[in-house]
Amino acid sequence: MAFFDIKGLVTPFTALKQFGKAPHTVTFPYHKKETAQRYRGLHFNDLEVCIGCGNCSTICMNEAIDMVNLEQIEGKAGDSGLRPRVDNGRCCWCALCVEVCPTGSLNLTKDYIYVTPDADSFLWTPGVSNPEGKDNISFHSDVDTSLSMFDRVPMPELDGKERVKSFAETMLYYTEEAAREEASRCISCSLCTEVCPDHMHIPEYINAIAKGEDDDAIRIIYDNNPLGEMCGKVCTRRCEDVCALQVRGDAVAIRWLKEYAVGRAETAEMLKEIVNPDIQEPNGKKVGIVGAGPSGLTTAYYLALKGFDVTIYEANEYAGGMVMYGIPKYRLPMDSLNKQIDYMKSIGVKIKFNTKVGKDITFDEIYKEHDAVFVGIGFQKPYSIGIKGEDAQGAFPAVNLLFDVNSGKTPDMGNKVVVIGGGNVAIDGARVSRRLGAEVVIMYRRRVQDMPADWEEIEGAEHEGVEIMPQTIPVEIITDDNNKVKAIKYLKAEMVADDKGGRPRPVPIEGSETIMEVSSVIGAIGQEADYSFLPEEYRNSIEINRGRMVVNEQMQTANPKIFAGGDAVNRTADAISAIADGYRAVKAIEKFLMN
Amino acid sequence: MREKATTLYLGPQHPGITGNMMIKLKVEGDTVVKAQTHVGYLHRGFEKLMERRNWLQSFTIVCRICVPEPDPNELNYSRAVEEIEGREVPERAEWIRTLMMELSRLASYLLWFGGQNGSAGLYTMPQWSVGDRDYILDLFEELTGGRVYHMYIWPGGVRRDLPNGFTDRVLQTMDYLEKRLKQYDQLMFENTIFQRRAQGIGWIDPAKAVEWGVVGPPLRAAGFKSDVRIDDPYLIYDQLDFEVPTQQGSDVWARALVRRTEFQQSINMVRQIIDKMPGGPVYNKIPNPMKWTIPAGDAYVKAESARGEFGYYVVSDGSNKPRRVHVKGPAYVHGVTLLENILEGANISDVSFIMNSLGTCPPEIER
Repeated sequence: MAFFDIKGLVTPFTALKQFGKAPHTVTFPYHKKETAQRYRGLHFNDLEVCIGCGNCSTICMNEAIDMVNLEQIEGKAGDSGLRPRVDNGRCCWCALCVEVCPTGSLNLTKDYIYVTPDADSFLWTPGVSNPEGKDNISFHSDVDTSLSMFDRVPMPELDGKERVKSFAETMLYYTEEAAREEASRCISCSLCTEVCPDHMHIPEYINAIAKGEDDDAIRIIYDNNPLGEMCGKVCTRRCEDVCALQVRGDAVAIRWLKEYAVGRAETAEMLKEIVNPDIQEPNGKKVGIVGAGPSGLTTAYYLALKGFDVTIYEANEYAGGMVMYGIPKYRLPMDSLNKQIDYMKSIGVKIKFNTKVGKDITFDEIYKEHDAVFVGIGFQKPYSIGIKGEDAQGAFPAVNLLFDVNSGKTPDMGNKVVVIGGGNVAIDGARVSRRLGAEVVIMYRRRVQDMPADWEEIEGAEHEGVEIMPQTIPVEIITDDNNKVKAIKYLKAEMVADDKGGRPRPVPIEGSETIMEVSSVIGAIGQEADYSFLPEEYRNSIEINRGRMVVNEQMQTANPKIFAGGDAVNRTADAISAIADGYRAVKAIEKFLMN
Repeated sequence: MREKATTLYLGPQHPGITGNMMIKLKVEGDTVVKAQTHVGYLHRGFEKLMERRNWLQSFTIVCRICVPEPDPNELNYSRAVEEIEGREVPERAEWIRTLMMELSRLASYLLWFGGQNGSAGLYTMPQWSVGDRDYILDLFEELTGGRVYHMYIWPGGVRRDLPNGFTDRVLQTMDYLEKRLKQYDQLMFENTIFQRRAQGIGWIDPAKAVEWGVVGPPLRAAGFKSDVRIDDPYLIYDQLDFEVPTQQGSDVWARALVRRTEFQQSINMVRQIIDKMPGGPVYNKIPNPMKWTIPAGDAYVKAESARGEFGYYVVSDGSNKPRRVHVKGPAYVHGVTLLENILEGANISDVSFIMNSLGTCPPEIER
């Protein structure tokens, strides 16, 4: 190459050809660059959709997201009331917060210019600071792209046709592998803990299951619930209603995971070995408990751990109360319940069976013999349906049917049974009747979606061939000459919107009267407590309002020595509320007796 | 008369280089007698940070290890995790990943075009090539949502599928770049000034290149046909038709020619990828990231970045966080030991020029 390479010196000047051409650049601020459809710009949060689960804050390793209280948002069941606040000085726009948002409320927008002399204003609340962001959403996650695991691991069940042949458990429950996978879906937001009446440590035990530490899970469950396996099978699981994942998918199967964990301990001895509780020295105080239902058992268990001398007085042959006698065995087998109760007995809980207070022993004796008394009698007395012919032979309440069947009897139901009601007891009555060989119809005043029963129970009943007749009001039970049920007369109803804003009311349609031939009629429209065991003086010393005992926050009645809990106290009338009552009463009784 | 040696501190800012590092030069006259690199301006401790982030959270920081070319980091991290866990990657995701890798190579070379010329005082080229790089960044923005840090290739596949009409825009940009490449030639390779600055400068002894750990374009410019894409094919490189260019000069000029040829090759590869890309899913979804654990094990994966072989060694102890992530990037070898070696005897005005020709990337050196 020659030193003076003329061509090589001139060629670069061809660049001059670019002279005068339009620039590639955007002349900000006269023009603003339009960002791409997927651009990861400033955050936007849909405040209405957001439930404040805080998953965005958890995943953010820049600690750019804090969950804060907002004036306009109030917490409620399934909504912590908190909303994310983003520190734009820390955010790196990786959008993992968007990918893990279970509700899809958090998105990134196309906006990217944010200039301020005030560093504090870098902290801003998406959706509040930029309400206009709603129309500018760019990077978002839908159900397909989201990192939330929306699909529940299916629960193996017995086939509907197989189920009605016996009282074998219908749910086959998770295997170890399935439980680990299901547990790994949980995002540990704790919204469930808030609504659980007992405030069980749900994220903690699910996390333990996910990590394969089942024994830890059992210990965590037993921290405030001594009937974990029972709850794992039959709890009303309000926790799952508020699960962050149910907004766009299936809730985590919290109940079944609990069943899985405690179910690992197959015997009471194994349970004792795993829970290995710290039992305190006897403190000399005696506590009497009326009724071995969930609240009574819970109180007894935790008091016994604290060194109290606890005796439960139970009218029936087995412990468990309504859980034992009111829940069919295909949902809660007897040996499962007995295992949990045997464990309680092994740590010092004394139960006097077949001892009906007021008959075999007076309440006065119990009251005088113990330093404190806990009353957990439950709701056992069924309401009457209130229609003509109710006293006929072949018409009886569902709880009586369940009691009989659970006590080992096989009542004759005939070939066609009508169940009146829409709650869990009605469904239980229907499914039990189905197992006794009858055709079953459920009559409910309102629509199927209004039924207070658990949707899984309704589904289970349908699979087993139970027919549900919604918007149907029974008016009369027709009997034959021997006062035996022969048919039922009913009206169809239409739903009319309530003027006062309440839920729609069923109003009978005139002329829709129909008669159906049936062999049995089962009423399941609710129960109430039976206070006949309480002598007048004690009944006057505590307050009873509309069938329920009135207690303070510590479950203490107006008579400071008498504590109460369970269905006979709280309105929710489910086992987990009873357990919660029992757990609260333990602290109160300890405070009452030890201070 | 022997001239008195003086010490000169070059940097920590360098034209055309992302990030900061300093070179302490001992010079006699304008000749470098000894060069000593001083790094430490950019250490962010990514490898350590990852040990307390879970497997997904770590994915968002690996791209920051190298600013001009983040994608090999994302790819390596993801492939290592997938290898330990045994996670399948959908075929389409592999093709999209390859597309990302080649686009990122183009973007990286465009930045290098600018840096190499800028450090020789030829300032038109940086204006052009950095501007043209933005067209590739536009593509990245459209595909990933981010221009520089894409955070797009993650364990299990890629985050999102190609947007509608994206491939057309990629092809348009490729046509544009191909056209521009001719203008680059006129401004750079046919330019006497560049030729005279580059030829015979920054010579790496081919006999020692392998021993010193030289990789990528500098090694190929020394006559070695070495490229991870060919030697140890990953992704779908075995299904693409391309050559590994080599040169014998082993100087800045040879390295520039290698990169120039590879630039054209990458354009061709992008076209092939778009032509052959299959359909299907792009992501094998990971479990809930907060509870995602990876079985104990380790994996070493490597990819060919624009600067050479880029390796990741990842160890899992079975928990939800990496036990150790070790990054083996080319810039440490090139920008520290090799640079110190070949700067001896160089002219002061060539120091930045040589530094650029090695693809020095301080953020990757320090991590």
